[in-house]
Amino acid sequence: MNSLAIQKKSVEYRKKILTYIKKANAGHTGGSLSCIDILNVLYNEVMNVSPDNFHHPDRDRYIQSKGHSVEALFVVLADQGFFPESDLETLCQYQSHYVGHPTRKVNGVEQNTGALGHGLSISAGVALAGKMDKKDYKVFTLLGDGELAEGSNWEAAMIAAQYKLDNLIAIVDRNTLQITDRTRHVCNTEPLAEKFKAFGWAVKEVDGHHLEELKETFLSTPYEKGKPNLVIANTTKGKGISFMEDVLKWHHGVPSDEEFEKCMEELEKLTKTLEIV
Amino acid sequence: MEFKHTRQGYVDGLLELAEEYPELLVLDADVAKATKTVDFEAAYPKRFFNCGVQEQNMLSVAAGLALEGYIPFASTFGVFATCRAGDQLRNSIAYPKLNVKVGATHCGITTGGDGASHQANEDIAIVRSLPNMTILVPGDYEEAKQATIAAAKFVGPVYLRFGRDKYPLIPEIHGGFTIGKAKVLKQGNDISIITTGIMVDEGLKAANSLESEGVSVRLIHMPTVKPIDKEVVLNAAKETKGIVTAEEHSIIGGLGEAVAGIVAEEAPCMVHRIGMQDVFGESGQAGELMDKFGFRAKNIIEKARKIMRN
Repeated sequence: MNSLAIQKKSVEYRKKILTYIKKANAGHTGGSLSCIDILNVLYNEVMNVSPDNFHHPDRDRYIQSKGHSVEALFVVLADQGFFPESDLETLCQYQSHYVGHPTRKVNGVEQNTGALGHGLSISAGVALAGKMDKKDYKVFTLLGDGELAEGSNWEAAMIAAQYKLDNLIAIVDRNTLQITDRTRHVCNTEPLAEKFKAFGWAVKEVDGHHLEELKETFLSTPYEKGKPNLVIANTTKGKGISFMEDVLKWHHGVPSDEEFEKCMEELEKLTKTLEIV
Repeated sequence: MEFKHTRQGYVDGLLELAEEYPELLVLDADVAKATKTVDFEAAYPKRFFNCGVQEQNMLSVAAGLALEGYIPFASTFGVFATCRAGDQLRNSIAYPKLNVKVGATHCGITTGGDGASHQANEDIAIVRSLPNMTILVPGDYEEAKQATIAAAKFVGPVYLRFGRDKYPLIPEIHGGFTIGKAKVLKQGNDISIITTGIMVDEGLKAANSLESEGVSVRLIHMPTVKPIDKEVVLNAAKETKGIVTAEEHSIIGGLGEAVAGIVAEEAPCMVHRIGMQDVFGESGQAGELMDKFGFRAKNIIEKARKIMRN
């Protein structure tokens, strides 16, 4: 995909995230907007996974540990053709499979997530299976920086290094905010890179909204043979909407009609800017 | 009478299946000697993974392996498999209904001298309340082996419960293990005794004693606590004067409450429960603790008489 097309995708995805959150009157707005560029790059530029090969043993795997940013995942999966986008009209509604955290009832979702601190362990299991089966697939998992307070992540970090799972790529959506406050004011995870290095991981740090940089980083794994890979993606919570960026209250928040209109205006402006370029 | 570890039955079952099921793996949280899975490690080192002292991660790793078609048997003490890693059991395994087997040892009061921290007396209650879970509580070494084999062949999450001690072999319960099916050991019509796990031994003793006094006993061994054999329970409720349940577990949330729940809805009769009376265990030999906390045949008989008098 050319650079312009992929950038446009990010804007379109943001519009859709906000549209379906608005329709559902619920959702994790800020975190979905912070990780959407990561998902865009993974699904459109990096991973070998599609509705056609979703059950093929050689496909790449994606497990979203920060399950609450489900709107970002659903919007991307719909765009990939895993299900009709109109399904998302039912987000969070009675009898809908499109609930507030991912489940395997939705085509394209590998594993139920939502309870924080599970995804890295599950992904380590999948990566271990890949090693035993001598497969080349890669396992990507997306974690929140607030989520890293869950101790099970560090259990998984140790075991992934122990088993030399260099086919595992953990991405931290480091937007530095969690539900109540700045992550560093709640349960400081810093120095994050040093911590993971000390746990035996190879670590890279990127601008989590720079699509090219993300692509190169994801495609160049393993960074060191025999070491699991950590990508610290520095992001902004609420990215793309001026009044949501880096603002705590948009962890989950539904824009009012007026705010929603402003969101669409800002994103429309962004689309036009891209077209001019 | 021969005594053997139920946990040895677990690993012997795994070893028996290992060649036929190359996808069968064993995960361990650094207690392989205690769970006896060390025998599996010795025979199949490449199919054995010691995750270290970390039960939470181990259960989610098992979930990941199950997603890829493996049949992981995650083995640790019952306390840690359910209480420590309860969230992982619920959300990584039960909710997506993955084919993970949890082999839990050191369950019940007969864990003995290790004390209350290691005596899982609430694990059945926790797992029973999780949708999609199957719970197997075998009564002796041989049945433990059969239950393990049945669990491996069954598709879906299974909680297997074993003790720490050596328990008597009970020939009456050998053979014909089917998940979800009770074993009716005596077809009497005065009073019913329903046991699970190693309490079958005390149940048999109680039944024999009552029979010698002329009481006709319906003795039912229930190695599957979930899904429970409802039909057998209802027949017992309808055809006898009442039911005594006996389990090496809290009276809260285990076999007794499962039986009481079924009976209350469809065929009300008196149900008395033998089990831990909502207290933590203590230190001591298995036998001493069974005496102290009322897990003996005489306790079952006492309850049976109470029902008969009513």
